[in-house]
Amino acid sequence: MDFLRPTTWQEALAAKADRPDAVPLQGGTDVMVELNFDVRRPAALLDLTRVPELRAWEMTGGYCRIGAGVSYATVIEELSGPLPGLAQAARTVGSPQIRNRGSVGGNLGAASPAGDSHPPLLAAGAVVEVESRERGVRMIPAAEFYLGVKRSALEPDELIRAVHVPPATGPQYFSKVGTRNAMVIAVCSFAIALHPRERRVGTGIGSAAPTPRRAREAEELLARELDWSAPLDPALAHRFGELCARAAAPIDDVRGSAAYRAHALGVLARRTLTWAWNDYRRAA
Amino acid sequence: MMRVTFTVNGREQSADDVWEGESLLYVLRERLGLPGSKNACEQGECGSCTVYLDGVPVCACLVAAGQAEGRAVRTVEGLADGGALDPVQEAFAECGAVQCGFCTPGLVVQTHDLLARVPRPSDAEIREALAGNLCRCTGYEKILDAVRLAAARKAEGAGYE
Ligand SMILES: Cc1cc2nc3c(=O)[nH]c(=O)nc-3n(C[C@H](O)[C@H](O)[C@H](O)COP(=O)(O)OP(=O)(O)OC[C@H]3O[C@@H](n4cnc5c(N)ncnc54)[C@H](O)[C@@H]3O)c2cc1C
Ligand code: FES
Ligand code: FES
Repeated sequence: MDFLRPTTWQEALAAKADRPDAVPLQGGTDVMVELNFDVRRPAALLDLTRVPELRAWEMTGGYCRIGAGVSYATVIEELSGPLPGLAQAARTVGSPQIRNRGSVGGNLGAASPAGDSHPPLLAAGAVVEVESRERGVRMIPAAEFYLGVKRSALEPDELIRAVHVPPATGPQYFSKVGTRNAMVIAVCSFAIALHPRERRVGTGIGSAAPTPRRAREAEELLARELDWSAPLDPALAHRFGELCARAAAPIDDVRGSAAYRAHALGVLARRTLTWAWNDYRRAA
Repeated sequence: MMRVTFTVNGREQSADDVWEGESLLYVLRERLGLPGSKNACEQGECGSCTVYLDGVPVCACLVAAGQAEGRAVRTVEGLADGGALDPVQEAFAECGAVQCGFCTPGLVVQTHDLLARVPRPSDAEIREALAGNLCRCTGYEKILDAVRLAAARKAEGAGYE
C-alpha cells in the first residue's frame, strides 16, 4: 500500500489523477474502520489532512463554501448561525471524538444513505464542488450528487473540494430517530428549511431510501397551498407528513422496519414543519 | 512499510516498518511501548483509545499512523506531571470510578479536555462530553462523581497544576 501525502490542493488533484485507485483519507472515521476490519485493502491512501485549504470555510458568492475537510466540531462552533440545519445535524453525529475528526466532505465521499449531513444539505439547496486535474471544477447540486447506496456522482479522478450552502433565510430543523442521543446511525432522519423569500420549503430525507433524497411532492404541496401570512393549517401539515413518508423507499433492517421508518418520517416531517413555522411566525 | 516520526508526550519518537494502513493506536501500543490507550473496538465506538492529537481529543484507532507524522500526540501516560497524578486521575481513583480499568484512560483524557474547556461543567455537559466513552463496569455514576470532584478541585486550584 502507498501512503500519499499532498500538501497543496494541486498536488492532491495530481495524485488522484495519477492514482485513481487511491482512497482519499480525511478524518478517517469511515475509512479507518474499513481498514481495521479488513473490509478494504486499497492500493493507496491519499491523506488530505495536510491540505490546509480543505479545513477552511468562507462566505463567497452568496454561499458558505465549506472546505471538504471542515470537521463537525467546526461546523457546530462556527456555522450554527448561517447554517442551523447542518449544525443541528452535526451535533447528532457520533461522539465528541468523532465530531472532532469526521468531516462533511467525508460524509459526502462516503455517500451513505444514513449520513447526517445529507438531509440538511438537500433542504438548503447545497451544491458540491468537485475537481479533477483533467476536467477542472464541476458544480453538482446535492440532489444530483447521490446516485445509489454509498455511490455518488464523483468520478475516480475527482476529489471533493467543498460544499456550497446558501445561508439560512428562514428557520431550519433537523431531526433524527435513534436509540440514544449519541453514537447513533439514523433509523431515519429529516431536515426542513424554510425559504420565505421564495415562498418555498426545502426538504431532505435520510436513511429511508437507497440515497438521501428530497420529498419533492411534499415540497410542491407547500409551494401551492401554504399561506405564509397565517398560522399553519394542521390538515396541511398532516398531508405534508404523508407525502414525505411516501417519498421514502425504506427497507427493513436491524435498525428498524420499513413500516416504522415511513411512519416515523411522517411524524418528523410534520413536527419539524410545525417548529419551523412557529419560529417563522414569531419572527415575522 | 514506512517510518513515522511524531512527538509523543513531549518527546520526539519514531517507529519503523509501519504498515500504511496501520492506526496510530497500534503504533502507540505495539511499537512505542505505550499501552495506556486501550484497544477495545477499533471502530470509534468505545472511546478507550482517546488521545490528544495536536491538542484535540480523537480516537487513536481511527487515525492512520501516517496522519500523525510531524504532529503532537498526548496520551494518558503524558497527563501526570512527574510523580504527581493529574487531578482527573486522582479523582477517578478516589471516587471508585475505576473497576476493570479498561475504559479509564479514554475517560481520563476526555475529561481532561472537558475541564480544560469548561471548568465547571453541568451534568448535561459532562454526559455530552463523555457520550463516546463506554464503560461496562461502573454504571457511570462514580465516573460522574469523579468528574465533578476533579472540576471542583481544579476550580479551587489548591496546589494542583
Ligand atoms: C463511532 C462512529 C460514529 C459515527 N456516527 C455517525 C453519525 O452519527 N452520523 C453520520 O453521518 N456518520 C457517522 N459516522 C460516520 C463518519 O463519521 C462520517 O461519515 C464522517 O462524515 C466521515 O468523515 P471523515 O472525514 O472521517 O471521512 P473519511 O473516513 O476520511 O472518508 C470517508 C469517505 O469519503 C472519502 N473522502 C474523504 N474526503 C474526500 C474528498 N475530499 N474527496 C473525495 N472523497 C473523499 C473517503 O475516501 C471515504 O470513502 C460515524 C462513524 C463512527 C466511527
Ligand atoms: S478502540 Fe478506538 S474507539 Fe474503541
Ligand atoms: S471500569 Fe471496566 S469498563 Fe469501565
